[in-house]
Amino acid sequence: MKQLKNNFRELLKYPSAIFGSIIVLTLIIAAIVVIIKIPYNDAIDTWRGGEAVVGKNPRNVPPKWFNWFRQDKLVESLDLIEGDEGVTVSEETTEGGTLIKTTTFSFDYDYKSFPTELTMYFISEFEAKQPFVSLKWITPDGTEIKINNFAIGKTHTYPINQEEKLKKRLGNVPPVIGLFLDPESESRLPVKGTYQLVVEQISFEPESTVQPEFVLLGEVFGWAGTDHMRRDLLLPILWGIPIALAFGLIAALGTSVLTMTIAAIGTWYAGIVDGIIQRITEINLVLPFLSILIMIGTFYSRSIWTILGATVALSIFTGGIKQYRAIFMQVKESTYIEAARAYGASDKRIIFRYLIPRIIPLLIPGLVSAVPAFVFLEASLALLGLGDPVLPTWGKTINEAYANAALYRGWYYWIVQPAVLLMITGLGFASLGFALDRVFNPRLRGM
Amino acid sequence: MGSDVEITTPKATKQKSGFVTTLTRVLKYSGVRLLSLFITVVIGVYLTIMIANMGGYVDQMMKSEIQERITMQIQANPAFRTMDPATRSQLTQEKIQSEIDRLGLERPLVIRSMGFLKNALTLNLGRAQLMSSDSGSRNVKAIILERIPYTLLLMGTANLILFFSTLFLALALSRKYGSFWDKFVITLSPTSSVPPWFYGIFLILIFAAVLKILPFGGVIDAPVPKDFLGRALSVGRHLILPASSLILSSFFLSIFNWRTFFLIYSSEDYVETAKAKGLPSRDIERRYILRPTLPTIITAFALLLIGLWAGAIITETVFQWPGLGRVTFRAINLYDTPVIVGTTIIYAYLLAITVFLLDFVYALVDPRVKIGSGGGPQ
Repeated sequence: MKQLKNNFRELLKYPSAIFGSIIVLTLIIAAIVVIIKIPYNDAIDTWRGGEAVVGKNPRNVPPKWFNWFRQDKLVESLDLIEGDEGVTVSEETTEGGTLIKTTTFSFDYDYKSFPTELTMYFISEFEAKQPFVSLKWITPDGTEIKINNFAIGKTHTYPINQEEKLKKRLGNVPPVIGLFLDPESESRLPVKGTYQLVVEQISFEPESTVQPEFVLLGEVFGWAGTDHMRRDLLLPILWGIPIALAFGLIAALGTSVLTMTIAAIGTWYAGIVDGIIQRITEINLVLPFLSILIMIGTFYSRSIWTILGATVALSIFTGGIKQYRAIFMQVKESTYIEAARAYGASDKRIIFRYLIPRIIPLLIPGLVSAVPAFVFLEASLALLGLGDPVLPTWGKTINEAYANAALYRGWYYWIVQPAVLLMITGLGFASLGFALDRVFNPRLRGM
Repeated sequence: MGSDVEITTPKATKQKSGFVTTLTRVLKYSGVRLLSLFITVVIGVYLTIMIANMGGYVDQMMKSEIQERITMQIQANPAFRTMDPATRSQLTQEKIQSEIDRLGLERPLVIRSMGFLKNALTLNLGRAQLMSSDSGSRNVKAIILERIPYTLLLMGTANLILFFSTLFLALALSRKYGSFWDKFVITLSPTSSVPPWFYGIFLILIFAAVLKILPFGGVIDAPVPKDFLGRALSVGRHLILPASSLILSSFFLSIFNWRTFFLIYSSEDYVETAKAKGLPSRDIERRYILRPTLPTIITAFALLLIGLWAGAIITETVFQWPGLGRVTFRAINLYDTPVIVGTTIIYAYLLAITVFLLDFVYALVDPRVKIGSGGGPQ
């Protein structure tokens, strides 16, 4: 215990150890919070995407915080529904008993670029006669542009920017641009000011209701942006933390503990047991590690647990076993082992109570230093398209970004965010492991 | 693969050993060693073959894939459309059967795997099942040979620069122990926990996407320049980013490791004595530090050379570099066992030969090392 305390005090002398521990602790806390806040099933469902989940997200846009560093702000998304600020409702009943409800969505537009999409969503209730709506656009200078009128179903989505007739009327400019331009001027910039979208809803039944919603999809979204399937990238960024940590820690722990145990057993029994372990290690060195993992991923299963198991199995019999063997050879000759043997301790007892505990201090730095390699291995396999099919991970995000030529098209945020997180994780564990190695490994101390 | 070389104490070297006894000892040792290495290679390659077939699982996948492909082909072919359904289905069955026969999927895997093993061990790499080289050959040897120059160019450039630059920088640093640059390298050595492809992504981002001064990937510009100089320059330009990312990812840890290694050796008593004698530091380095560390340096270099062979699957993927790593990856995706086994066997042989030769090289460079003394294979 005292030894441990001394080691700990020694550790605090290394700035890299403090830096590493802070990162590792932050990541662990973040991982726990993420798992509690976004349960596994929710995460998977959200990540699967689909119209209902991601329909109101723009496609391939950077995160909100990009605007903090920009002179010309990027368009922020807008989602207006009755009851929100800027939405006014007026109702009148005609002589024939039809109800006309007029909803006006007004919003300020102060950007130098255009939104990516304009969409109307309607939810209506009726028995037989479909309600009828007509859409009108009013620019800041008061020009009225008729968009369209049509009958709506119970749930109706109307993408304004896909309206071909409107496009023609606007002079063959897509509505998302044309509706914001001043047709008189040469300027290709949107007119700044307050825009209005007037939605007139005519219902033919007394009980019938219509609930319109106006969505303007901008050029930024959320804290991490979105991908090509409109999914919020914050999810893989957050869920990547527990997955990366779980994979890295389990693989590192499994590999080092099993390697050490097998080395201890081999050294203790010597003879045939040791010989077999040595041969297996040599054969394993001939096997192409990454190729085999890729084969398992391609042929068998891409589940993260299968890959984890295969990784551990292939990593046990490597150079590490020889290092542990060399150390155990020395420990085996110690007098306290001789004493244990003299009082008749069983083989099992000697291995697990006397041999292994002795070198646990050596295990810790190795374990921590091995974590980054496994974290990156998971990302590497994901980059080759062998990521877990359902889980949102950092590696898979990079893979999808890469497959969609994100770097080429300038969607840097898509790759950089998970990449920076991977790098921080790797560096955190590596710095800590490095410092631990120098504390626990007296040969390196002072070098 | 463990080395059986024993470093004998000076006392042990004094033991009388004539030329003949040395020769028999060396021969016996070489025989046993070669045999054990060969067995290792055989088992390793056989395991790879079995994994590449997933114990017969891949056969099932290939069969259903063939069935689907041929059925689709015949359905899509207008020439067969007028045929009556019975004849057409018979034709389909025949074609499927002949494709299965061609790939030998009928025979049990155990027998086929023995054939694979024998061919692999005799370096008769055979024909690929689905892949073909750029020149159109189905020959596994042609597929592999075509890619070797690219892999050697990339891995060779990167690793040679890495090896020699880190070695000399480390030697220089070990002299200036505790200086600013020494601490700088120590602080930065955890950066090597990040794999090369990762640096690759950042380098592409900076130099290709933002600055637009270097290409995103590939080996040569399109259209290919006509003169040799133009081609060389173009390949060189494409080489910069992948090679830098390979170098960058190991640079600091490599310097740190070598530096620590040299420091351990430079605290030996005989180095202190040499210093006390007033020998110039260059002589001390050459005679008292580099000389005893030569076996380790040579081992590192030899392992580096065979490491070149494996290529870098992921770095090559990120940079679209048409090397061996890409071939292996594509072969795996196409379930093309002969190609997978081909790349593995060559690597296994190279590794075994290198390990075998290293023992002799140690004996040549280090007079304390005697081959085969002190026990047989571990």
